[in-house]
Amino acid sequence: MSNDIFVLVEHRDGAVAESAYELLGRARELAAATSGAAVALVAGAAASLLASQLGAASRVIAVEDASLAEFTPAAWQAALAPLIAERQPLLLLVPNSGSGMDVAAGLSAATGLPLAAYAVDVAIAGGSPTVTCQLYAGKINVRVRFDGGRGIATVVAGAFPAAAGQAAGSPAVERVAPAAADARIRFRRLIRPEAGGVDITKESILVSIGRGIGEADNVELAERLAAALGGAVSSSRPVADAGWLPRTRQVGKSGLRVKPKLYLALGISGAPEHLEGMRDAELIVAVNTDAHAPIFGVAHYGAVADILEVMPALTQRLGG
Amino acid sequence: MELVVLVKQVPDLAEELEIDASGTDLAREWMSFVASEWDEYALEEALQLRDEAGGRVTCLALDTGSVDELLATCLARGADRAVKVGAFERGPDSHTAARAFAAALRTLPHDLVLTGVQAIDDLDGQVGPLVATELGLPHVSVVTHIKLAGSAATVHQEYAGGLVAEFEVDLPAVLGVQTSREAPRYAPVSRVRQIMKTAEMEQVDVAVAAGSGLTIEAMSVPETGRAAEMIAGSPGAVADRIAAILRERGIVKA
Repeated sequence: MSNDIFVLVEHRDGAVAESAYELLGRARELAAATSGAAVALVAGAAASLLASQLGAASRVIAVEDASLAEFTPAAWQAALAPLIAERQPLLLLVPNSGSGMDVAAGLSAATGLPLAAYAVDVAIAGGSPTVTCQLYAGKINVRVRFDGGRGIATVVAGAFPAAAGQAAGSPAVERVAPAAADARIRFRRLIRPEAGGVDITKESILVSIGRGIGEADNVELAERLAAALGGAVSSSRPVADAGWLPRTRQVGKSGLRVKPKLYLALGISGAPEHLEGMRDAELIVAVNTDAHAPIFGVAHYGAVADILEVMPALTQRLGG
Repeated sequence: MELVVLVKQVPDLAEELEIDASGTDLAREWMSFVASEWDEYALEEALQLRDEAGGRVTCLALDTGSVDELLATCLARGADRAVKVGAFERGPDSHTAARAFAAALRTLPHDLVLTGVQAIDDLDGQVGPLVATELGLPHVSVVTHIKLAGSAATVHQEYAGGLVAEFEVDLPAVLGVQTSREAPRYAPVSRVRQIMKTAEMEQVDVAVAAGSGLTIEAMSVPETGRAAEMIAGSPGAVADRIAAILRERGIVKA
């Protein structure tokens, strides 16, 4: 048992993911409150080599083995569950990412440690963690405490500033061999998105459409508006899922993070997965038929209206 | 191929959610429920896989006393079998749900278990990996593509930025489905009603420990720190105002 705050570090192509810095920054603050250490937990074939990128950690536990060259949920769970059960950190912070969801829930069931998901804040109160979780598509926050005082939290991207977790230095590394192996899931390949004609991360004006666009034929209304504005069309997940726009235009957790001068959110309700990709835009204008849509919580200007009527009207006002 | 789909209901977000007097729960008295969106993708994938590979689709829902319509809708969409699991006053936390589903699955054949990657109310984590770990099965979440090949499946797991990992997974396995290859098929309401009258839902009793290990201290409506300045009026008036704002800020030429 310890008062340490562990951070599960994600990495790809030899680089530590942004999420690791966001979590390490917070872990340092929490560890100061518990008189514990902020510990970076890294698994991989050459995990210890990443220590030089993890200067904000007090120390690094590198779970190293050739079998961990590529992430699989089974290999990570087999390697990490005995380690977490043995070390009993006060808190394990895991990014709420594609891989983090598998690892955190698997570790919770395997170790018996409780799990608080979709965390947007983590604090220490009375020596143990409290976690604020964002539920119901961002409409309700729930603050929880772990019954045994220890637990795991999956943290949404952008919950904490990355800058606080970026520090020079190369902390001490403890190399550990994985306690067990599980090859029932085998990594085959990584598929990278095909580069499209438009890079939405470089556009300064985005006309972004969501479910409210209704059908494929209406995408043209957004294209015309974008042309009138000198911008590009992006989307939330349902539009990409429907195949109405390429995946390279998708903003959000499973798409891209954008920071344009203007983000017109049209028919986008603003699920947390979408907000984490666009909330830093300089000016956000949202139009949605649902007056309670969470997008209005991050927008600077909002209107409750039908985008199919607003888009052509605005295009016309802009001389398009 | 025995395909099992775990389904549940969640509060309907089309209606306003309210926090009850205790401050630690939603006001549930008048709450209406809908099928969890991602579970519908899981069912659609299961139906597609059965149509390709043959076999049977069995849908499992925890019995909260009000899941007949949910399961009847699964049958109307083409599921072969519907099973109510346990007896619950209301939808339990994910850990309890996972223990109950795992207990039921120990008595039911399953080559591939599919469920939604997440639900809007899974405070204590996602059911897929929890069920898998209870049963000692491999699991993959955020799955966007499934192809069966003998005793394994090829699946895609999605990451940020549109990156996708392709895995080969030994069966049986549990998959958390992010989206289906086609939009979930429609079930006519008349067909659902007819099935509710005529179909016999099976029932599996389970005895499991309840609890997630979390205590809810407080619920709140999130403070966004920024509330949009709302533009009122007709679509034309909204367009006028937005155009004016963009000109004022120099985003478009005056």
